[in-house]
Amino acid sequence: MTVSDSTATSGNGSGHAPVNIKVPAGHAPRVRGGGPGFKTDQEVRWCPGCGDYAILAAVQSFLPELQLPRENITFISGIGCSSRFPYYMNTYGFHSIHGRAPAIATGLATSRPDLSVWVVTGDGDSLSIGGNHLIHALRRNVNLKILLFNNRIYGLTKGQYSPTSELGKITKSTPMGSLDAPFNPLSLAIGAEGTFVARTIDSDRKHLQSVLRAAARHRGTALIEIYQNCNIFNDGAFAPLKDASVRDDVTVRLEHGEPIVFGADRDKALRRTPAGSFEVVNVADVDPSEIAVHDAHSPDPSQAFALSRLDQPAFAHTPIGIFRDVDRPSYDELMRAQLGEAVEKQGEGDLAALLGSGDTWRID
Amino acid sequence: MTKQVQQLDRVIIRFAGDSGDGMQLTGDRFTQETAAFGNDLSTLPNFPAEIRAPAGTLPGVSSFQLHFADHDILTPGDAPNVLVAMNPAALKANLADLPRGADLIVNTDEFSKRNLTKVGYASDPVEDGSLGEYRVHALPLTSMTVKALENFDISKKDAERAKNMFALGLLSWLYHRPTEGTLSFLERKFATKPEIMKANIAAFQAGWSYGETTEAFSVQYEVKPAEHEPGLYRNITGNLALAYGLVAAGVQSGLPVFLGSYPITPASDVLHEVSKHKRFGVRTFQAEDEIAAVGAALGASFGGSLGVTTTSGPGLALKSETIGLGVATELPLLVIDVQRAGPSTGMPTKTEQADLLQAMYGRNGEAPVPVIAPQSPSDCFDATLEAARIAVKYRTPVILLSDGYLANGSEPWRLPDVASLPKIEPNFAEPAQEGFQPFQRDPETLARPWAIPGTAGLEHRIGGLEKADGSGNISYDPTNHDTMVRLRQAKVDGIANDIEPLAVDDPSGAARVLVMGWGGTYGAISAAVRRVRSTGRAIAQAHVRHLNPFPANLPEVLRSYDKVIVPEINLGQLAMLLRGRYLVDVIGYNQVRGLPFKAEELQGVIQEVIDSE
Repeated sequence: MTVSDSTATSGNGSGHAPVNIKVPAGHAPRVRGGGPGFKTDQEVRWCPGCGDYAILAAVQSFLPELQLPRENITFISGIGCSSRFPYYMNTYGFHSIHGRAPAIATGLATSRPDLSVWVVTGDGDSLSIGGNHLIHALRRNVNLKILLFNNRIYGLTKGQYSPTSELGKITKSTPMGSLDAPFNPLSLAIGAEGTFVARTIDSDRKHLQSVLRAAARHRGTALIEIYQNCNIFNDGAFAPLKDASVRDDVTVRLEHGEPIVFGADRDKALRRTPAGSFEVVNVADVDPSEIAVHDAHSPDPSQAFALSRLDQPAFAHTPIGIFRDVDRPSYDELMRAQLGEAVEKQGEGDLAALLGSGDTWRID
Repeated sequence: MTKQVQQLDRVIIRFAGDSGDGMQLTGDRFTQETAAFGNDLSTLPNFPAEIRAPAGTLPGVSSFQLHFADHDILTPGDAPNVLVAMNPAALKANLADLPRGADLIVNTDEFSKRNLTKVGYASDPVEDGSLGEYRVHALPLTSMTVKALENFDISKKDAERAKNMFALGLLSWLYHRPTEGTLSFLERKFATKPEIMKANIAAFQAGWSYGETTEAFSVQYEVKPAEHEPGLYRNITGNLALAYGLVAAGVQSGLPVFLGSYPITPASDVLHEVSKHKRFGVRTFQAEDEIAAVGAALGASFGGSLGVTTTSGPGLALKSETIGLGVATELPLLVIDVQRAGPSTGMPTKTEQADLLQAMYGRNGEAPVPVIAPQSPSDCFDATLEAARIAVKYRTPVILLSDGYLANGSEPWRLPDVASLPKIEPNFAEPAQEGFQPFQRDPETLARPWAIPGTAGLEHRIGGLEKADGSGNISYDPTNHDTMVRLRQAKVDGIANDIEPLAVDDPSGAARVLVMGWGGTYGAISAAVRRVRSTGRAIAQAHVRHLNPFPANLPEVLRSYDKVIVPEINLGQLAMLLRGRYLVDVIGYNQVRGLPFKAEELQGVIQEVIDSE
């Protein structure tokens, strides 16, 4: 992970406000490693068996890898089951309002490039009430790591369908089945100019942490969709990806630069069709040169988008891993560059000169 | 030709034309000339929300009124002494405001049959004698401009467009205005189009020369400079003063300003202005919507910036939930509402004071927020600094209620000595070893610590859920909730001890009637009070700047008078607060016409109450 300089400007004697915050400096016991260091004394209150526990444990045991002082890490969430996450992280945290976490985090990340800012959200929080903020954070490439816990249901309000629920879903609010076509979060993120787009699963800690690692290295918005099981209101939503007897045949693990081969016997592969989509082929039936090689760094998003569409119908074949990971200047960098350019061209601000600019006259 | 010069103590001019005629620019330039000359002044721009309404129609009329005098004045004036009407629509839309005997300068080139019909004139009022009670100067302004520019290499359209500069030149001559400022302005404005620049300057000079040589104007007027306190002055609008106040708040606090905003009339100019001043370290963020604008500002505040959001009434409605979060998390946040006529979209370019109760109560739960209102365009600077001071010191959202009249109106401003501006101390919490209590309050202010990310040992979690007193942990304990609701209220109420007491202007001490206003009505109420006093009647005046909490002495002031009149550009919102809090039977005077009060009208209202005593 890139952590930019946190140099604080000195004073404001010349009549200009500082660009950076003068964070009070000093020493306190710091935990730079060790899992327990990121746990808080708060009792975790998710339902027993909830997929959120696994994600929390994976994040807590991953963070020490970053070697960041914990005071430089902030978790920001909206509202929903997943949004309780910050209370359980011994870092700075902000449990905000429904859907607005990306907006609040945008203000923080843009003004504090020295921080590692993580957003924790759910499918209702980020794709329904907060859909607007999500897409705009992505297009701006704000330096945020967004963990989108997708359980395809509303949990905290007790079981209404969500924007990722399948069409026809029977829930409390849709006794005859939902009428809404669902969002595909990754297609949406790629369409919204996302620079880092990935998918992982709550139950696969090793994979989850590998994706977190890559996201942390990415400077800009990283969107990670985490398939997360809600065992109370939507149990088994991702069963095919978790059932040991079939999961290897339906899970397509993406590795940058590697041919896209999968299956328990690694006998299946993806081939690009002339129309640009992907199709599943038997390795034995095709020339190796026909097998698609995953390129997460391609500037052209069409391959990543085509991969995000492979999962139709749901879970026939589900790619996980990093779909897209490209470099583009982050929003805070661009903003700081403008501030720097303004000072370079015009000199540092002088308040008295500003107030007295324009047409003035003196009365003696 | 030597002309007679007549001395006047004050003049009110209104420039009116089509929205494409450049009347705002003309008015603004005349204002700058007048300011440079040293008159006191006050302005009232009035324009449609449509960028270009159909040409020549009544909805497309744009006007700019300027009141200037050799003494200090408080309002842009009730009725113009001079109306410049660039077309029949401008004449029709403004004639009713013109008192008998006023000067009327009409651009006859635009008084074609078609243009007259468009606004419902059956015959030409300039010709048919219906303007008999005015001093009509019927001038072919467009064709005179085109003729003056015939040797320039510009299109006929560009030549016609310079007619506003011809008119400005004529008026500048008529009122002895200095012209250097306008000439250098035109040089700057058209620096990249030299031919257009020269043409506009030529049109301006042609207008001036026409005044000097024509027999249409036999008298030239002079309004002597006003007496002002010594100092350096500039003319300033409310929105500009507000933007400067935000930059100054960053400098005075040592905090980087983060302005999150979504474009909305009449607040957008604040975003435009602040975004020019990046050299001060201010960050401006044009968000995807009003909610993101305030959300990003609050997120920046969490990180130790001075978070600010600017909006108008409909935007404030969208921001309510986030302001509530700011109340619950007790973070500094500056929310600026440049009020406009509502409800809903209302009349975006027209003024109103009807967001007071929204600012006070427009949130779920008990969510008290300090509310401050500036009283004049230049006062927007000081009021912004005061709002920032309270937000930072008390760790709370503060709502500043400006309005469309203050935002676009202007007046001379004596520049403050920067060294004397108040300092704002952020007092971030210092690194600690253990046991940090994010909701342990300062015993005096009841403010909680502002512990920003990056500070070692102060890691903590905040949010919209109710927090336990002290630790800030989530709490559903009934007693704790009652305690926290009362603590948040007590914190805001306590600010009453940290603000200026309400000043009462009652020079004779004999007044039995008090007139009390708030916000942008200060000028009109004060002008009315002067008029009332000039009739020999006694009247006391007080203007409330801090609307929440009220100054500690406000109840005492209310009870010191037999009658209290509260004029507001709403249906009685301050009046309702005063009645509800203090059981004082105040007399409301209310108008919601999208326009400021007129001094004469308020004079009548006040005198009626005094005379009924």
